[in-house]
Amino acid sequence: MRKVAIVGTGHSRFGVRYEVSLAELAHEAVREAIREAGVEAKEIELSVVGNAGGWSSEPLPAVVVNEYSGLSGKATYRVEAACATGSAAIKAAHDAIAAGEADVALVVGVEKMNESPTPTVVEFIGRAGNYFWEFENFGLTFPGYYALYATSYMFTYNAKEEDLCEVAVKNHYYASMNPKAHFPRKISVEDCMRSRYVAWPIKLLDSSPITDGAAAVVLASEEVARKLTDSPVWIEAIGAASDTSNISRRSTYLSLPAAREASARAYRKANIDPSAPAKALDLAEVHDCFTIAEVLAYEDLGFARRGEGYKLVKEGQTYAGGLIPVNLSGGLKAKGHPIGATGVSMAVEIVRQLLGKVEEGRRATVRHGRGLAHNVGGTGHYAYVTIYSLSRPR
Amino acid sequence: MSQRAEIEAWYRKMEEFAEEMKRSVGIPAIIDPRTGATMWYDQRELKLRYTLSIERVKRFFEALGEGKVLATRCGETIMFPPQADCPGGGEAEWVEMPPEGELITWTVINVKPYTFSHYDDYVVGVARMANGVNVLAWIRSREAASLRPGMKVRLKVVRREPEGYLTYELEPE
Repeated sequence: MRKVAIVGTGHSRFGVRYEVSLAELAHEAVREAIREAGVEAKEIELSVVGNAGGWSSEPLPAVVVNEYSGLSGKATYRVEAACATGSAAIKAAHDAIAAGEADVALVVGVEKMNESPTPTVVEFIGRAGNYFWEFENFGLTFPGYYALYATSYMFTYNAKEEDLCEVAVKNHYYASMNPKAHFPRKISVEDCMRSRYVAWPIKLLDSSPITDGAAAVVLASEEVARKLTDSPVWIEAIGAASDTSNISRRSTYLSLPAAREASARAYRKANIDPSAPAKALDLAEVHDCFTIAEVLAYEDLGFARRGEGYKLVKEGQTYAGGLIPVNLSGGLKAKGHPIGATGVSMAVEIVRQLLGKVEEGRRATVRHGRGLAHNVGGTGHYAYVTIYSLSRPR
Repeated sequence: MSQRAEIEAWYRKMEEFAEEMKRSVGIPAIIDPRTGATMWYDQRELKLRYTLSIERVKRFFEALGEGKVLATRCGETIMFPPQADCPGGGEAEWVEMPPEGELITWTVINVKPYTFSHYDDYVVGVARMANGVNVLAWIRSREAASLRPGMKVRLKVVRREPEGYLTYELEPE
């Protein structure tokens, strides 16, 4: 298989973006990524668009985005893997280049969630489990699903709601330095604890917001990447896995088995010691759609032992300078979580971190030249762990 | 005010605003008070209601009328929710779920989806039943604060109101 590198990145401001349409929003990221890559539109052979949709009006977002950005005619399709859509879109483009089907591909993740009112969005995300057996009869919501994990975790390991709030405090702290973040402001544990319950024990400030946003990357084969840039960032490994539709069919609520499997697969490909992955990485962007999800990610990725993830953030080990800096972007929690854009946004953040191109104060120290993206779809239905590296993979 | 009433009131406000704008400027414009951005208030409303095929698992729904909750079995593996086909080939057989189980985890749905916004806050939990199979369902009428993992629960057929259809719930003992 051929090696694949990221040669250009683009990122819109995340937030409530009532002033732009889906295509205009996507274009903000596309324009920036293409300019940064130094390619011309005619060199792009494949355009993969990540969009979950439903809450937004365009049912065929790929062709809408391509037409607006002057990319009609390209090979294209929409990719959907719930909240891991962006990472799935990157994998699709990566695989096409690795297989020799394309030399230059554009990946766009875009989501316009605020095209529908909040109750409709809550409904759409709540339906993203098993529709008949979970939603139709029992009306689960997305925070509700993750609350099932939070309850089990808190009772098993004696963690408190305050402990989970520590994740929100960290991620808001970093978002305060990220001008692209939906909520660029600091919060305290008390603010988090005072926020209202959306699905006990999950509170509003444990939750990622309903966000509009877009992110884009240009991927290239080794031969083309070498011509375009002196600083390609390689896709070193992608580990992908999945789990049951019905959450009741999972064997545990203390971990996301798909995320564990995806990380094991990625570590194997990248030759990273799974017993001490933090030693091989400079930073991680993890899927903190709720604070409990970041704690589970620490454990599923092997940064912390089972039941000790919540202590990691309390001890400051996931701040810059700690064992492994996590979500220096502000994470889904505070940067925002435009579903289809999130995985691509993680890629953009890691590339910029590895190249030292992010705001001071939220910059990771780059020693190993490697960053990890952990992107989960649904309630652990889909999991993608992607490792980006400054060094050409073996 | 119930969540449903709050949502309906909000929709009415939006519609009235759009109607007023159509009269004054000729288009259904909505102005976001925070950003001043102009939006088009969709003039096409979609009514979305699915018809789901249950023919091959009809036995499950018939059994609810007999007060039983059924699962299906392929060899040693019991499947709940029930499915008609064995993943490895062949047709599954019907078996009854035992009523006894232990609570594993739960949540209280405070902010509800639109189509559930007419209910009071409800508790959803997962229990491991005596046959080792998990069931996700509402947990009936119990203060969530008094629930504990490992607590004994019973699987019961109930009529869901106000819709008035048969389904199942978990009841703490």
